[in-house]
Amino acid sequence: MSTALAARGVNKKFGSLVVANNINIALPTGARYALIGPNGAGKTTLINLLTGMLVPDGGDIMLAEDNVTSESPQARVRRGLARTFQINSLFPGLNPLEAVTLVVEERRKLAGQFWKNLGSHRESIDEAYEILSKLRLGDGCYQQTRELPYGRQRLLEIALALATKPKVLLLDEPAAGVPQEESGEIFEVVGGLSDELTLLFIEHDMHVVFRFATHIIVLVGGAIFAEGSPAEISADPGVREVYLGTRGHG
Amino acid sequence: MGTAKLAINPQIWFSARSRWRMLEIYFWLVTLIPFFLFPSYLSLASQIAITALFALSLDLILGYGGVVSLGHAAFFGIGAYTAGLYSIYVTGEPFSGLIAGSVFAGLCGFAASFIVSRFRHLTLIMITLGLGLIAQEIANKAHWLTGGSDGLQGIKTLPLFGMFKFDLYGYVAYAYALGILFVAFLGVRRIVNSPFGLSLRGIRENLMRMPAIGADSRAHIRMAYTIAAMLAGVAGAILAQTTQTVALESISFQRSADVVVMLVLGGAGRLYGGLIGAAIFMVARDQFSGIAPQYWYFWIGLLLVGVVIFLPNGILGGLSQLYARWRGK
Repeated sequence: MSTALAARGVNKKFGSLVVANNINIALPTGARYALIGPNGAGKTTLINLLTGMLVPDGGDIMLAEDNVTSESPQARVRRGLARTFQINSLFPGLNPLEAVTLVVEERRKLAGQFWKNLGSHRESIDEAYEILSKLRLGDGCYQQTRELPYGRQRLLEIALALATKPKVLLLDEPAAGVPQEESGEIFEVVGGLSDELTLLFIEHDMHVVFRFATHIIVLVGGAIFAEGSPAEISADPGVREVYLGTRGHG
Repeated sequence: MGTAKLAINPQIWFSARSRWRMLEIYFWLVTLIPFFLFPSYLSLASQIAITALFALSLDLILGYGGVVSLGHAAFFGIGAYTAGLYSIYVTGEPFSGLIAGSVFAGLCGFAASFIVSRFRHLTLIMITLGLGLIAQEIANKAHWLTGGSDGLQGIKTLPLFGMFKFDLYGYVAYAYALGILFVAFLGVRRIVNSPFGLSLRGIRENLMRMPAIGADSRAHIRMAYTIAAMLAGVAGAILAQTTQTVALESISFQRSADVVVMLVLGGAGRLYGGLIGAAIFMVARDQFSGIAPQYWYFWIGLLLVGVVIFLPNGILGGLSQLYARWRGK
């Protein structure tokens, strides 16, 4: 199976603090990977390195066959690498319909058209509305984002990423801050994403991880501590000690 | 209200946003009143139209793109000097002078945009302030070209369309300024309702997210900044042509600061905010400076503090909130 996204020997230091230590990962196309590890293990940093929001001190980031280490974040998005944020990074003064339409227009390279009326770009608007409907955001899509309930805002995070039509999607704690009884809805959405989409998600809730991931990477202190199928990881005594054992089962 | 829950479809929602409202038509009808009721205030009315166009150009980058500028008068002044010099050395035909002023201001804006698009917040304010000061002192030093502090003299403006002479009362001047303002307004209105306008608002709302959705914000900012500089240049050019002089004041820091004040007073990011802010500012200046010429900024200061504290979205923002409440929303 071909590799959709890979990190090869990636290193990163903040001053003397090592946040990524010789990271090697390879996500096969269509895989569902969970990235777990204690707080401060460097999970979000790894996503920043993969997406180009941080530049590694050494090593390479590969997207399919191409080395994208020196490419800007937006160039990687255009190649099909999208992400969401652990802390909402939305457009508070736009409504969800406008925000997702904005992303679709950017993807279709129509966003520079300053002489056209946006209302005439029917295909983009329809596509945006379709994405929102799929994520059950169709109803509130005319309401300003800042007025949306928090759980809807988390879904909009995913909607914005999906509107870039990614091949690889990195989800940074998609249900962060959402009460447990509502987080199910978010992971239903995640679970329902296309099989062709390669997925890496950070999540603390082990029930969720074991339910949705086909493969788990355990990160500790900026280095990969263990990697394997859910069964292998849950049986790994080292992992139990550093991670599962200390944090319990959610 | 009863109409609120109709199932709207997304395209209709977008199209409705750009539809003309009755209030807008009234607004533009009101701008015609000076011709009939206040002929003695026509020159003030021209000044207001010119300043409104200047504020509109700032609204595009500041109000919609969130790009703060404290040096926007540079482009106004460049447009004014270019149009003035054009009339002295080339021809006094007004429309070609307008284009000359606009194009040169736009070129300067395009050049500056490569710096401006890379920065944000205080750094950006300081950079635009610095660029504005540089432009001002170049105009001051180049006395041989600009007349320096004596102003640029000898501008002659030929009749509009070769038919309408710029008269002493200012009928033609106001018609000219108002006509250009209206055309420019139509252009800006189109831009803010375009896909590009949506991207600008995206930049204003969350610049950090833009790369994560694959957008090249810097390219967008460069384009908006260039268009804004062109429009500011047009405003400056009209001032040069209608007053037949260019004072150093037209490229000064004071003018840069004033236009930000006007936009904030009126309400940034709402198209009409700059126009209304400019009108309030210019009328206030006219009235207050009649009472106490040296101290009239006191009242502007008071108004500014009051508006920013009590109406954070400007006078227009406050009015639209009142209107929404009155409609029972």
